[in-house]
Amino acid sequence: MLATAQTFTLDGISAQPVRVEVDVHKGLPAFSVVGLPDAAVREARERVRAAIVNCGFEFPLRRIVANLAPASLRKAGPGLDLAIAVALLVASEQLALDRLAPMAMVGELALDGSVRAVPGVLAIAEDARERGVERLLVPAENGGEAALVDGVEVICLESLGQVAGLAVGDWSPPSPQPMALGVDLAGQRPDLADLRGQRHLRFALEVAAAGGHSLLMVGPPGAGKSLAASRLPSILPAMAPGEALEVARIASACGRLGAEGPQGRPFRSPHHTISPAGLVGGGNPPGPGEATNAHRGVLFLDELCEFRRDTLEALRAPLETGWVSVARAGAWRRLPCRFMLVAAANPCPCGRGETDPECTCAPLAAQRYQARLSGALADRIDVMASIRQPSAAEISGPPGEPSVTVRERVTAARERQEHRLGPGRCNAEMSPAELRESALAEDAAILLAEAYSRRRLSGRAHDRVLRLARTVTDLAEDEEIGREQMAQALQLRRRDIE
Amino acid sequence: MTEPSACLDCLRRSRLLAHLAPYIERVATGAIGSRSPELLRLSNEDLADAAAPKVAARILTQVEAVPEQQLRADLIAAECWACCRHDPRYPSGLHDAADAPWALIGRGDPVLLEQLEPDGSVTVVGARRASAYGRGIARELGRELAAAGLIVVSGLAFGIDACAHRGALEGGTTVAVLGCGADIAYPGSHRSLWRRICERGLVVSELPPGTGVWRWTFPARNRIMAAMAGMTVVVEAARRSGSLITADLAADLGRDLGAVPGPVTSRGSAGTNDLLAGGACLVRDAQDVLDATLGPGVRRAERTGPPVEAELREVLIAIEQGETTCDAVAVALDLTGAEAASALATLEALGYLSCSLVGAYSRTLLAVPGV
Repeated sequence: MLATAQTFTLDGISAQPVRVEVDVHKGLPAFSVVGLPDAAVREARERVRAAIVNCGFEFPLRRIVANLAPASLRKAGPGLDLAIAVALLVASEQLALDRLAPMAMVGELALDGSVRAVPGVLAIAEDARERGVERLLVPAENGGEAALVDGVEVICLESLGQVAGLAVGDWSPPSPQPMALGVDLAGQRPDLADLRGQRHLRFALEVAAAGGHSLLMVGPPGAGKSLAASRLPSILPAMAPGEALEVARIASACGRLGAEGPQGRPFRSPHHTISPAGLVGGGNPPGPGEATNAHRGVLFLDELCEFRRDTLEALRAPLETGWVSVARAGAWRRLPCRFMLVAAANPCPCGRGETDPECTCAPLAAQRYQARLSGALADRIDVMASIRQPSAAEISGPPGEPSVTVRERVTAARERQEHRLGPGRCNAEMSPAELRESALAEDAAILLAEAYSRRRLSGRAHDRVLRLARTVTDLAEDEEIGREQMAQALQLRRRDIE
Repeated sequence: MTEPSACLDCLRRSRLLAHLAPYIERVATGAIGSRSPELLRLSNEDLADAAAPKVAARILTQVEAVPEQQLRADLIAAECWACCRHDPRYPSGLHDAADAPWALIGRGDPVLLEQLEPDGSVTVVGARRASAYGRGIARELGRELAAAGLIVVSGLAFGIDACAHRGALEGGTTVAVLGCGADIAYPGSHRSLWRRICERGLVVSELPPGTGVWRWTFPARNRIMAAMAGMTVVVEAARRSGSLITADLAADLGRDLGAVPGPVTSRGSAGTNDLLAGGACLVRDAQDVLDATLGPGVRRAERTGPPVEAELREVLIAIEQGETTCDAVAVALDLTGAEAASALATLEALGYLSCSLVGAYSRTLLAVPGV
């Protein structure tokens, strides 16, 4: 007899529908799975066999063929176990689902028949809703994320045996509570108060956060660069529910979404040995990389100069557009990656800085290093903060200003920007035309012209300074860019090599 | 005002040098530049014999066979002019050298050639591997000397040379003497600097357009730099630096020699400190150079900047006392990060501070008025 079950397989950060067809007929006992299964799907046979037996059902000693349609789509992961098992039970007439509304199911089976969590359930639930699926069977652990999607009845399964109860109607599943999206997590994250001293860095962080500007921190090892970067998400404005859902969807697809839901804006800090594919996404079928994982959050590149050049170059287009297009043989995916770039580097190879008398670097080596620093994503980084080792008095001093109050100012500045530029936009994305429109006080214009005429600014740096000045002015809650704000922007700008 | 001119003989000489370049390379070995200036003293025939005894006759006939029209057309095609030793505009300082180039081939506005007197120009040279200190001083010296009306001569090399050119372009004009054809920007990464000098200064060489670099062409270039200007200042040089050759050549010609002192612990400054110990003129700022070339107090370097408010004065003092970062200034004066940033940027715009690529501030030589 033939039976089918509807399920989904994960593809990048979205889901693709898969129809499982199981045929049980006479012949030598065998169980084969066809339809481009990957290793995990092929191994499903053993899990399904054990789960069926251990749940008190009978595994038919007949010839069983499971076909995964469409046959051209690669199926990956163990999420198809549940559908194969259910279709097999229906095909061997141990289970009748006729009474139930059309439903889809996803889940991995343990040998004892319990249903294990799988990645990407949020994306699957969204896709199921798009396709008019009314009920979705998911592992109990994934219930919270699936329940985030309205319009689909989510049923949480703890074991394969419960499907039988569902079919005959003597088990009514509890309806799961949608998980918290982590839109507001005041006080939960690592707090900026941990950053003691570092007045200039705090200022640079605030400006970068307020305008969505990318930031480069240059300073000796151990001065607090990584600490500062990891606190940056806590001063960024709270996510809109839609943004939080995007973040949760990506986290879910990458298997990072725990039971407690997303923890605010993501903070990703890949090691410098990462490959281009690891950073922007890759593989076949294409999967998300660190850039996509940092969507709506912070991507921190520590030791910027140690990253491979091609890796950094791969970030260029995604930084510009907020999307990364990954093409592989037979597959093409467009993944979102709107993140804030934060990088850190030492001032010279030995880390002490050329002005430090302890610096052991040969002048040429230091120059070469700085040229590399200047070349790495030079035109994509707006703010540079030079950091020094804080003194003992500062480290043992009182904690700094907490994230909450900084975030209030940042949020107010972002609101001004959205009011001016449109929803969801910030100063870092201003076009040259929009830039020319912003009001500039006379003495600010003189200061900018002076800096420009001394050949200390390139044309590109000129616009970058204007953008920064706009953000500094938004933080100061002013309409017109004043002299003071222009000076601050000039100081914060990234220096170019000549 | 007509273009400077070069007679056929002198143009042929430069063509001969280009033809002989690989052969001279072979005989001018040993210590850097030990022999090339001596060779370049010789007449055409002797030079060809000394450098390429086997093929001397053939090369001489080859060069003789190049028609004058083509020599001149090559110059025009490379957008260059030539000025030979018989032209009144030929830099007078070069007449003092027995091994002076017969013709200078260059780019840029030839009007500047007439101003290129030993009295009105200074050669600023130094190591390619220069420290941040040396580069900063070279840039400021270049700027202030050019602003005081002197022409800054240097060699477009990495490090001190490039910084001196950059500074000079900020304050006035500069002459780059190349070890390759004047139409070639060498080193290639200085192409934009080369272009700016072509626009606002002069790029000259004794070699015809299109000639590449050889090891011997650098010491040969040094002898032109040493002879061209009335004074040679070495900003930073280790003991075996090539810029010391320029200093030696300048001293041989009886030119003034100056050196910028460096830390006694720094190997990179050992050469300049040696020069000072040997009696070179101490160069601390542009005024020292002006006093040495023009006579004490004849011309003042413009060394005071615009007035500075009292709060900014304090920031300036903090930098003078050794703070380098914005954060350190903020802590020392108890300012917020924003206040310190604004003060530093203002002082940088006024010219009192310079900032490195990695954000370290240092004081420039500009003095505050009334202090």
